[in-house]
Amino acid sequence: MDELIGEFLTETNESLGALDLDMVRLEQNPNDKELISSIFRLMHTIKGTCGFLGLPRLETVAHRAENVMGRFRDGDLKVTPAYVTLIFESFDRIKQIVSGLEATGSEPQGDDSELIAKLDAVYEGRDGNTENAKDGSKGDAAIDELQALFDATPVLSPDQWHTIVTVPETDDHKMEEEEAKPAAVEKTEDHGAKAPVATAESLRVNVDVLEDLMTLVSELVLTRNQLLQTLRNKRDNVFSAPLQRLSHVVTDLQEGVMKTRMQPIGNAWSKLPRIIRDLSMELNKKIDLVMEGEATELDRQILEMIKDPLTHMVRNSADHGVEMPADRIAKGKPETGRIVLKAYHEGGHIIIEITDDGKGLPLAKIKEKIIKNGLATEEEVAAMSDQSIQQYIFKAGFSTAEKVTSVSGRGVGMDVVRNNIEKIGGSIVLKSVEGKGSTFLIKIPLTLAIVSALIVEAGGEKFAIPQLAVRELVRTTPTTSAKIEEVNGTPFYRLRDHLLPLVSLRNLLELGGEARANQYIVVTQIGAYQFGIIVDKVFDTEEIVVKPVAKVLKNLEVFSGNTILGDGSVIMILDPNGVAKASGETDIADATPKEMEKTGPVREKTPLLLFATNDSAPKAVPLSLVARLEEIKTSDIETSGGKMMIQYRGQLMPLTPFDTSVDMRTKGKKPILVFHDDANSMGLVVEKIIDITEEFVDVQVASDHGGIVGSAIINGKATDVVDIGYFVRNTDRDWFKSHGEESYGQQTTQGRRVLLVDDSPFFRNMLTPLLKVAGYDVTTLDSAATALKMREDGERFDIIVSDIEMPHMNGFEFAQKVREEGSTWLHTPMVALTSHTTEQDVHHGMEVGFSRYIAKFDRDTLLATLTETLVANQSVKHAAGAR
Amino acid sequence: MTALVAQSSAIADSTRDYLTIYIGDQIFGIPILQAQDVLSEQRVTRVPLAPPQIAGALNLRGRIVTAVNMRACLGMKPREDAGKTMHVVVEHGGELYSLMIDKVGDVMSLAMRDYENNPSTLDAHWRGMSNGIYRLKEKLLVVLDVPRLLDALEPETELE
Repeated sequence: MDELIGEFLTETNESLGALDLDMVRLEQNPNDKELISSIFRLMHTIKGTCGFLGLPRLETVAHRAENVMGRFRDGDLKVTPAYVTLIFESFDRIKQIVSGLEATGSEPQGDDSELIAKLDAVYEGRDGNTENAKDGSKGDAAIDELQALFDATPVLSPDQWHTIVTVPETDDHKMEEEEAKPAAVEKTEDHGAKAPVATAESLRVNVDVLEDLMTLVSELVLTRNQLLQTLRNKRDNVFSAPLQRLSHVVTDLQEGVMKTRMQPIGNAWSKLPRIIRDLSMELNKKIDLVMEGEATELDRQILEMIKDPLTHMVRNSADHGVEMPADRIAKGKPETGRIVLKAYHEGGHIIIEITDDGKGLPLAKIKEKIIKNGLATEEEVAAMSDQSIQQYIFKAGFSTAEKVTSVSGRGVGMDVVRNNIEKIGGSIVLKSVEGKGSTFLIKIPLTLAIVSALIVEAGGEKFAIPQLAVRELVRTTPTTSAKIEEVNGTPFYRLRDHLLPLVSLRNLLELGGEARANQYIVVTQIGAYQFGIIVDKVFDTEEIVVKPVAKVLKNLEVFSGNTILGDGSVIMILDPNGVAKASGETDIADATPKEMEKTGPVREKTPLLLFATNDSAPKAVPLSLVARLEEIKTSDIETSGGKMMIQYRGQLMPLTPFDTSVDMRTKGKKPILVFHDDANSMGLVVEKIIDITEEFVDVQVASDHGGIVGSAIINGKATDVVDIGYFVRNTDRDWFKSHGEESYGQQTTQGRRVLLVDDSPFFRNMLTPLLKVAGYDVTTLDSAATALKMREDGERFDIIVSDIEMPHMNGFEFAQKVREEGSTWLHTPMVALTSHTTEQDVHHGMEVGFSRYIAKFDRDTLLATLTETLVANQSVKHAAGAR
Repeated sequence: MTALVAQSSAIADSTRDYLTIYIGDQIFGIPILQAQDVLSEQRVTRVPLAPPQIAGALNLRGRIVTAVNMRACLGMKPREDAGKTMHVVVEHGGELYSLMIDKVGDVMSLAMRDYENNPSTLDAHWRGMSNGIYRLKEKLLVVLDVPRLLDALEPETELE
């Protein structure tokens, strides 16, 4: 194809994208002169270039549309939806011609006379609109006037003109070029100063070049990995240093090339405003489309793959979701519906949210349809949660629209959307409240090209499982409680509080061989569905470059691709989706309601370590406080000064049995829980470690018994929650000497306002009643940001107690904000709460404004410190006041 | 008339180059330009659940090559002697395939006059993978139609 036409097509396609968007905006703000000029200019540019390139059909349509735009611009024709539709029609025709041009290199055949007649009718005021009456005197004069106006406005940036104007000087083009050139030069001079030249920093690169680069970099990464693997076992090799450098450069190169493939997600959204506009016209609805995070970037390969599903879902929201204006008013909603499209990054993923404030999913109708289609019986449906019922819309042939419109309701829908998203390793979650609206959450990986994978072995063969899908690994032994159980030959595993369905990779892939005694379970999650893959061995994770499988193998859906490992061998990459399907799980969205809860916004769980003594009730301690779990021989315990000690990591560590029921005399091994504070450690001897679990902890502070904070229901059992501080103090008095134990009178602190900031609900629950009992007026918040909001609201506190390790804004950053110039909390004392302290942390804490550092589990020191700090602060104030 | 005879004799005299390979006792020919590489014994990763004609995948200078078990394709018994397997790498549809064979022979220039189309008595299965037969002095050489052979491996696209 002519290079010139290629250039023109790229530019026109970009302009057309912008035009669609502009027209939708224009319809909303018909008086925006700026917008009208901008559209007019773009149109004129297209027209001008067409004439220059000899594309008569395109030129005529663009010219007539421009005429109508000219009248909008002059303000003698009002922008009405009917006219906008007409202009859109012209855009569509232009697009059609352009795509024909793209395919064949010449203008396709076609008749535009009808469209042109309509445009002319509007232009000449003959379209029957009484407001559109035109006096004959305008005519060509008006066009000349417009032309003059146009010439005085910037059309293209000068550099773009350059690409169009500098034609190879063939005889064909010479004439036109001479005509075009003066105008171009003029504009360059006029606007060169105002419009900065943007192209110095960017250039257009063919996508194929980038794809090739990516492939080459992938190969380079593989080769590098191979080299590293080969040399790993050879120490002090002459190649080590250069290889290290090579490795760094390759990593940087990989990142750089990945970056070139990144595109803002807005590119996939650009068509949506137009689609929503057309839809609302067709359906007589009023819909606002709000887009947030358009600049969020992701790999263009993924962008291409989610474009259609996204469009489909937004259409669905507009068609099924948003109600008719009258219905909305009747329900007390604003007449105009809202569809919000949001994109943002979250830990190596992109999250896309599509929310509408429409009628939500009609549960009754879905139920009816489930029964009608024989997907479940009436009794089964009755037993299902709303969430489970809603998931049925992801099944094939499921459309709840009452009638089939041109928009949706053809029964091809959400199942295709879900398949497409899962194909790229993403997941989709639906939340919907009938009457309020629906939200779709789509989670997709940033890139597909290079992924991290877990290498496993089954039946003597190695396989790679994408790390993205792996939740955890479990080692099973047939003799302990961590064993695989069978029901009628089907394996299951009790994973904490539920039954995990299992798939044996050896059986699934027909690998043969005998099952090993000790097997591993790779707990895998797809959307809300969790299952385990039984493998023989687990190796480490490797960065792999996914290569598609050969065409002859494409019907094997258990594999998503293959790759070459560091040792040069080829390995198949398992597709967790395919494995789930092949194992008989036909519909992954049929997750149990319990599992769905996990993906929704729920109360936060606290990880707890459960242990037992010979006493009856199990004990729990927050896992975050435990530094390590160890096993010691009772014969290794030494006694010094009447205290039990053990040599641990080159130091003496004091030991405390949890209670008298722990038998320290008989020989054997005992598990210990190691706690840390700064440089000191202590060991708590228990009888047995039971499990690690996550629970919503609701501690009832009721215990007078030393060492117990209170009790809580954990795993359905009444469990004692342990006060670590108690043991730490009893073990070694020296531990907290620096924290100050001198008690001040309680009365001075009565009713003082304490602000407690901690992201962990466990500690909030534990500390709030404690402080209340001590007579403080406690306000508890879960994040530093909400605390700062309270500051802006003018709230005052006597003292702030803050956690250090918090998401989003940690304690240090929080302290900096509190201590910043002009803060109303500038003089409020701050106390830091932390589970593990180092000297640097303490130092850093003091620097940013904390006056005290307290270990989280030490509630007595906390109370003492609060009193001490408040009294000290008060005396400072008194002193200041006296002066 | 003479021109026609001259032309046909020119065709008869013209030769084509083939890489000869052995599977069992049979000698086959692959058009020399189709053969990219000849490899000795390779480490082949099995692809579970794949049809028996697919032996697995191997790494050829950073590219993944699908290994094709020629004996399975031709309906021959698995090899019984302990000889090493060799590979002839060919490209098809942008992908690399290695044909697993027993032995590689010489490159031969074969004259068209010795060529015959597939005899109708040849096994239908073989006819589907062969372009014809050359009459060598001692043996008959079967010309492999590599693209057709590989196309036949491709699973039929499911209609959705």
